[in-house]
Amino acid sequence: MAMLSHVDLRKGVKVEIDGQPWVIIDADFVKPGKGSAFTRVRIRNFLTGNTIERTFKASDKVSPADVEQKSCQYLYNEGEDFHFMDNETYDQIMIPKENLGDSWKWMAENMETQVLFWKGRALSCDLPKAVVLQITQCDPGERGNTAQGASKPATVSTGATVNVPLFINEGDWIKIDTSSGKYSERVNK
Amino acid sequence: MTERLHRLRVRARVLADVRRFFEATGSLEVETPAIVACPGVDAHLDGVPVELRPGGRGSDPIRRALVTSPELHMKRLLCEGVGSIHQIGKAWRDGEVGDLHEPEFTMLEWYRVDADADELMDDTERLVRELAAEHAGAVLRFRGREAPTAGPFRRVTFAEAFDEHAGIDPFEDDERRMGRMLRAAGVRPPRTATRDEMLDLLLGAVVAPKLGVGVPVFVTDWPKGRASLARVVPGPDGDRAARFELFACGVELCNGYWELTDPDEHRARFAAENAAREAAGAAPSPADDELLAALDAAGGLPPCSGNALGLDRLLMLLLDAESIREVRTFPCPVR
Repeated sequence: MAMLSHVDLRKGVKVEIDGQPWVIIDADFVKPGKGSAFTRVRIRNFLTGNTIERTFKASDKVSPADVEQKSCQYLYNEGEDFHFMDNETYDQIMIPKENLGDSWKWMAENMETQVLFWKGRALSCDLPKAVVLQITQCDPGERGNTAQGASKPATVSTGATVNVPLFINEGDWIKIDTSSGKYSERVNK
Repeated sequence: MTERLHRLRVRARVLADVRRFFEATGSLEVETPAIVACPGVDAHLDGVPVELRPGGRGSDPIRRALVTSPELHMKRLLCEGVGSIHQIGKAWRDGEVGDLHEPEFTMLEWYRVDADADELMDDTERLVRELAAEHAGAVLRFRGREAPTAGPFRRVTFAEAFDEHAGIDPFEDDERRMGRMLRAAGVRPPRTATRDEMLDLLLGAVVAPKLGVGVPVFVTDWPKGRASLARVVPGPDGDRAARFELFACGVELCNGYWELTDPDEHRARFAAENAAREAAGAAPSPADDELLAALDAAGGLPPCSGNALGLDRLLMLLLDAESIREVRTFPCPVR
């Protein structure tokens, strides 16, 4: 990939600095009249989420980051190994659980996901807004008890825990909001 | 009326108001060339190269450039004895792209014979005040900063501005102290930055954004090393360049001088700028022999002062625009 010059450094552009991948949040060209020129960028790290400021001489060249997003279907997992299929190439990809953040908790088989790769290494996984999963373990439901606020912990098929209303039973299918990890509603299946 | 049409109309009215302002002073409007042999001799300005084929298709090209400012030609006119002159024209500077920069921009440049820098500052203040009163309710605005223009503009020296806004003595402090003050202000200087570059970074990223907030301010008495083509004058604290810049809402609007007239000093300054270009790995700029000949001739350059004001930037502040692209008719095709 060709090196980037200061005019290429804009919001949303992905760059590699100090061996790490970053996205530019803000860029400013600074040049007092008849003085030397600089580019100041605010960048966020794809691995750590940290945001920092860097100042370059305007003549400095910056490496673009080989970061790409791919549409992948989640297949299954074997312990810590999560198996996906690249929707474009049909290649099977294995992503270790530790690279999936909290996404592993809500990944149902055959779910469509967006996986972010850097130099071929998966960094993170974006899920659909909601997922439907089956309750595999919880205390028996209390019929008729729909009191607001009352809830109990339940385990879903992925092994993750979610708080559910008291009337929910093992075997029930529930919809979960994937960004908050909260119960949305019971679903008939 | 759409925002765009409004901006185009304000632009047109400002250009007409500027012309009226200068006509009333008895100044002569001039137009100098865009395509030149010598675009300017500056360590940090690059002319946009032009390939001319005066012989038509198939003939050998000759290398010329677009002017970085009309200064050198306007000084030749002054040497001819035409008197006070002004110009609204385009200037081109390669490699400058940002919210306040485009490679092509519109410059108002004027020279007053027998005036000193203080009188040019008075002129500039009067012009900006009139335009702001007419088009912006007497308040300049940019990125949430405001500078009312009805009252007198402030005047501070380069040293005072750095002391007030960066805790730095730009004449005495060394690189280590500058680096510390930059980092304290949240600006991490590039590892290879020289003292001069750190001074530019302090000016551009720390001091300038705070200048002219609440009231426009002129910064005067520049370092000798940044005199460009201004006279250097001895002062109580040392030699200072008779150079001034107006800032409003943290934006640099103009650059003016009590003009250098001595031809040998011109040669020395051109040589120093070219040496700095070569040290930075840039090709030297051709010397303007025709200007030097005019300076050498009987009479030479009359005592005068001049100013170059970025009209696009002034329009940005009159219209509270986010970027220079909003006030120019069409953006420069840089991508």
